[in-house]
Amino acid sequence: MLQLITFSTLNGVLYGMLLFMMASGLTLIFSMMGVLNFAHASFYMLGAYFGFEISRRIGFWPGFVLAPLLVGVIGALVERYGLRHLHRRGQVSELLFTFGLAFVIEELVQMIWGKLPVDYRVPPQLDFVAFRLFDTTYPAYRVFMLLIAIAMFAALLTVLTRTRVGLIIQAALTHPDMVAMLGHDVPKIFMLVFGAGAALAGLAGVIAGPALVTQPDMASLLGPILFVVIVVGGLGSLTGAFFASLLIGLVQTFAVAMNFSFAEVLGPVAPPFLGDLWKVTIAELAPVVPYLLLVLVLIFRPTGLMGRRES
Amino acid sequence: MTARLSWLAPWLAFALILIAAPRVFPSPTALTMMSLMGVMIIFALSYNMLLGQTGLLSFGHAVYYGLGGFVAIHTMNAVIHNKLGLSIPVIPLVGGLAGLVFGVLFGLISTRRAGLVFSMISLGIGELVSSSSFILRTFFGGEEGITTNRSKLAPFLGHKFGPQLEVYYLIGVWCFVCVVAMYALTRTPFGRMCNAVRENPERVEFVGYSPRMVRLIAFCFAAFFAGIAGGLAAISFEIMNAQQLGAQQSSLVLLMAYIGGVGSFAGPIVGAVIITYLQIMLSDVTSAWQLYFGLMFIAVVMFAPEGVVGWTMLHLRALRGGVAWRLAPAYAAVGPALVATGAGAIMIIELANRQLAEARSEGSAMRLFGFDVDASTLPPWIVAVALFAAGTILVLRLWPRVGDAWGAVNARLHFRGEG
Repeated sequence: MLQLITFSTLNGVLYGMLLFMMASGLTLIFSMMGVLNFAHASFYMLGAYFGFEISRRIGFWPGFVLAPLLVGVIGALVERYGLRHLHRRGQVSELLFTFGLAFVIEELVQMIWGKLPVDYRVPPQLDFVAFRLFDTTYPAYRVFMLLIAIAMFAALLTVLTRTRVGLIIQAALTHPDMVAMLGHDVPKIFMLVFGAGAALAGLAGVIAGPALVTQPDMASLLGPILFVVIVVGGLGSLTGAFFASLLIGLVQTFAVAMNFSFAEVLGPVAPPFLGDLWKVTIAELAPVVPYLLLVLVLIFRPTGLMGRRES
Repeated sequence: MTARLSWLAPWLAFALILIAAPRVFPSPTALTMMSLMGVMIIFALSYNMLLGQTGLLSFGHAVYYGLGGFVAIHTMNAVIHNKLGLSIPVIPLVGGLAGLVFGVLFGLISTRRAGLVFSMISLGIGELVSSSSFILRTFFGGEEGITTNRSKLAPFLGHKFGPQLEVYYLIGVWCFVCVVAMYALTRTPFGRMCNAVRENPERVEFVGYSPRMVRLIAFCFAAFFAGIAGGLAAISFEIMNAQQLGAQQSSLVLLMAYIGGVGSFAGPIVGAVIITYLQIMLSDVTSAWQLYFGLMFIAVVMFAPEGVVGWTMLHLRALRGGVAWRLAPAYAAVGPALVATGAGAIMIIELANRQLAEARSEGSAMRLFGFDVDASTLPPWIVAVALFAAGTILVLRLWPRVGDAWGAVNARLHFRGEG
């Protein structure tokens, strides 16, 4: 039991930090530009596939550096030549554009790398056992992922709160007109933030690719969960997104680890119409958990955990 | 007299098309396709009650279509099993009521907020239902889905609805009734309140209405009609599976409504017909058809947000005003460039698709626009890229002329008091 709790906590925090790597970019982009980027998970997928392609040709570490940069450049181009023209038409147009983009990216990835998962491997330098606890081993690559995620978190926090760039970004969040009046190029800041957000998602993809599965539907599987994270956290709240990421990471990981069903706990007699629900294990329910959480949060706290804005 | 009856003309034309279509296209493929079109017209119009009329962008509308279909198919099986006297034509109503029940349930949660939050919640609920479908296997039938046999139900006026033609006419009747009902709804005070909620919810509150209530009622109506569409689909295909309520189906209905045009009532009808046709025809021509769908959608969002019908209406207005000829020179200049860009893009996609996805199994030789080319050699690529690049540069150069021409046309129309 103790073993289960320890490892599920570790994995849950890891998954949560990965979610936050993407949710942070999504939240920043949303609160700055009012754009809900449907294609954010697609940038994550692009990161994984670029990482795979580069690691196959040159090696893992060049891919680790280059793939997020490439994804960042693509993100900046999308903002410059697509979203910027739609900005004056409002949020729905922008959302629809990124929705179409996600669709196109998925089809392109399928065309280029095929519909089956690709063989994106953990680099040999990190392919060893980090530690052994209660007779279970924990791979070093996961520790590496956790360290990268924490480093990224620290870097983001430092940039946003301690540097001049972060100051301008924070100012542009609430008073874009005033920032422009002071002589800053606000569209350029938007482009950079969008690119940086995409690069962060790309980085998450590069490091998650070898540990999880790199396949064309990884974006459409993860995308909805990301939106759950930012709605549960409260739209536009970075702190909220952080706690929601950890919450969903932990809840889902613990659910996966629980291998018993309602029937075993509450007795074999199921209430009418719930026969199936009684038989499945909690682990099988794991994919539904984030969405149930979303519904519950919306019923009891419609603005999300830390959200203040009504819309 | 003529003026009073002229509103009937489009409805008569619509009914005539529905009746005559199977005589013009009698092949089994065409019949199946037209049945699907009828279903999709209802589905897309129900979607537009949210997006176009009330301003609610939903990413999970297929939930009500799918659940309506599942309840309908279970009802059909129960009727067969217990030898009940229910016959096929009322089954869609069962689907509609199921859609309504789930619409009330999920609508209560999701219509509290409008805008992007509503979109996210609809996405979440869509995922909730489609991932539950793999757990509640008795109801959703797991991977295979639930099947039925429509001809085993009690006959209706001697018809057992075995042949597809009879099913087509059943769908046609339901389609006509639903389209009329949904149109009538836009003309009621409630329909106007929906538009008001879309435009300015704050003022709606000042007038004394609750925007939330208006959104909830619109949501329930939309779910009801989506459920009818699902019930008809269940009858037509005799199978329902989890895909029918998943994200793909929800995206498809968004594509239909938006490409057709959400600003006019007829838009989603045209969109449903076009997209259903392309979906079936294009998938025979190229394996990259979904990519074309995505690109087409992005193009409409960026360049023609009024959709196919809205775009046509703009031109009809210019034509009626007698100033459409002013557009001709600009269109004549930009038209060939657009064609070149499009042809270049299609060539690049097809060559890339052949070389990257199909070369291993089918070889790199292919037919492209009537020419035999080899996707592994350089010349076709050069032609494709050159066409695309030259076309794009020309379009960018010439596009301001189109804007100027439209400026002149609108100024003229406005001057005459028609603008």
